[in-house]
Amino acid sequence: MSGAAAVSIRRVSKTFAAGDVVALQEIDLDIRPREFVSLIGPSGCGKSTLLRIVGDLIRPSSGEIVVNGKSAHEARLDRDYGIVFQDAVLYDWRTVARNIALPLEMAGWDRARRAERVREMLELVELTGFESRHPWQLSGGMQQRVAIARALSFSPALLLMDEPFGALDEMTRERLNAELLRIWRETGCTVLFVTHSIAEAVFLSTRVVVMSPRPGRIAEIVEIDLAQPRTGDTREDPRFFELVTEVREALHGGSDRGSPRLRVAE
Amino acid sequence: MTLVAPVAGERLLGRTLRRARDWAPAAVVLVLSLALWQGLVAALEIERFLLPRPTQILKAFWEQRDTLWSAGLFTFREALGGFAIGCTAAILAALVLARWRRLGGALMPYAIAANAVPIIAFAPITNQWFGLLNPLSKMVIAAILCFFPVLVNTLRGLTSVRPSSIELMRSYAAGELEIFRRVRIPNSLPYVFSALKVASVLAMIGAVVGEFFGGSQEALGVQIRSATALFQFETAWAAILVASLLGIAFYLVIALVERLTMGWHPSTRTAD
Repeated sequence: MSGAAAVSIRRVSKTFAAGDVVALQEIDLDIRPREFVSLIGPSGCGKSTLLRIVGDLIRPSSGEIVVNGKSAHEARLDRDYGIVFQDAVLYDWRTVARNIALPLEMAGWDRARRAERVREMLELVELTGFESRHPWQLSGGMQQRVAIARALSFSPALLLMDEPFGALDEMTRERLNAELLRIWRETGCTVLFVTHSIAEAVFLSTRVVVMSPRPGRIAEIVEIDLAQPRTGDTREDPRFFELVTEVREALHGGSDRGSPRLRVAE
Repeated sequence: MTLVAPVAGERLLGRTLRRARDWAPAAVVLVLSLALWQGLVAALEIERFLLPRPTQILKAFWEQRDTLWSAGLFTFREALGGFAIGCTAAILAALVLARWRRLGGALMPYAIAANAVPIIAFAPITNQWFGLLNPLSKMVIAAILCFFPVLVNTLRGLTSVRPSSIELMRSYAAGELEIFRRVRIPNSLPYVFSALKVASVLAMIGAVVGEFFGGSQEALGVQIRSATALFQFETAWAAILVASLLGIAFYLVIALVERLTMGWHPSTRTAD
């Protein structure tokens, strides 16, 4: 069964040694290939920890992770995923082009092949012409596009994103959301996306995994059945608001679900 | 950003003019203070063994330029040797301490405490160890003076890397060595260069002071001492001038290397 899943998370728990904090408890989740799954939840629900466990950047205390049919550790060593963080993590001493080429250099691609791929990636994130700039010469949104280009440069099947647009202003964020969906369609990769924003999660995802804190666990999984491809109009679709409300209710805890207020609305 | 590229020659001219405008205030201050010095020494009739006039110092410098320059270069070689030894040792030590953090935790408090020892007071001792005439006795003083600032700064540069930077490298299956090569070492360069600039000046000071406690007749420090003993104060001042010029030149060379190797760094860019 895990052979069919892009990511398979089985009874994963994580306890941090300091203070016996249970960050994650018995998480079970399967992500199918080409899915766009968002993890959403309040601070301390362990969503970033779960993303890092999938990326083998943190070891789980117990449980099993399968990525692309391998253990998370093997998947990391095989460079099976690309990752984007909240800060772009670009290296100031490298130009935009050489930042994008970094994973290719490390994978041993020759110069000509690297240059060709960097050109394609710059086109993909619409930054052609900026290849010889340095990161500090770019705006926050442009830096994050470079980070996405770098994460996808070696065509990983899986893209892990940890609040990639969290530090950007609302307008840049919406533009990059639309751009990310286009890139997702064009590359056909699977995305695991961590966010604080309900609207962002609903707009982007095929499924939204709502998590609750202390201990971190999955509260609810909301299928997002909005039509693809999604556009600016999607945000005005009544169904979009219904789903936003559904995710919000799930976030505010099971006890609130089916509250009188919601019944009246129905 | 507007990127209207002007003709190359025009840009060079513009840059030279801008540079000249940047330096003009400093040049005015230099000329004014030399004039003030000259005027006050004459007006207050200060004895020449207390403070000679700038013109007298320049005259002494010109008359003994060959001896002074060869003495200066002799001392500069000692400073350079000490700089090379001290900085190499410091950078290697920083790499080891950054790689094995626990070792760093165990050793750094003592390194910082040792830094408080007035190293120059050891000059008579190193003269004893290596011999008065052996340049190594001065190099060791210069090397020890250079060691600590370079160690502390390099270590900070190697370790002050954002955790996400390291996570990104690990996501590419990078090992420790590759993380050093691609992230920690480039990240440390601005820190290393500011330490090297400090060390360049310290190396010259270390060498000259080491010579005060005895050394070859060719050395600048020895010449300063014997000139004052013979009441040739203009010569002593001229020798100090030579030492300063060499120290400044050394500093500028390192600043130039910094600019060339770190064109990428925001701090090395002028607003253009």
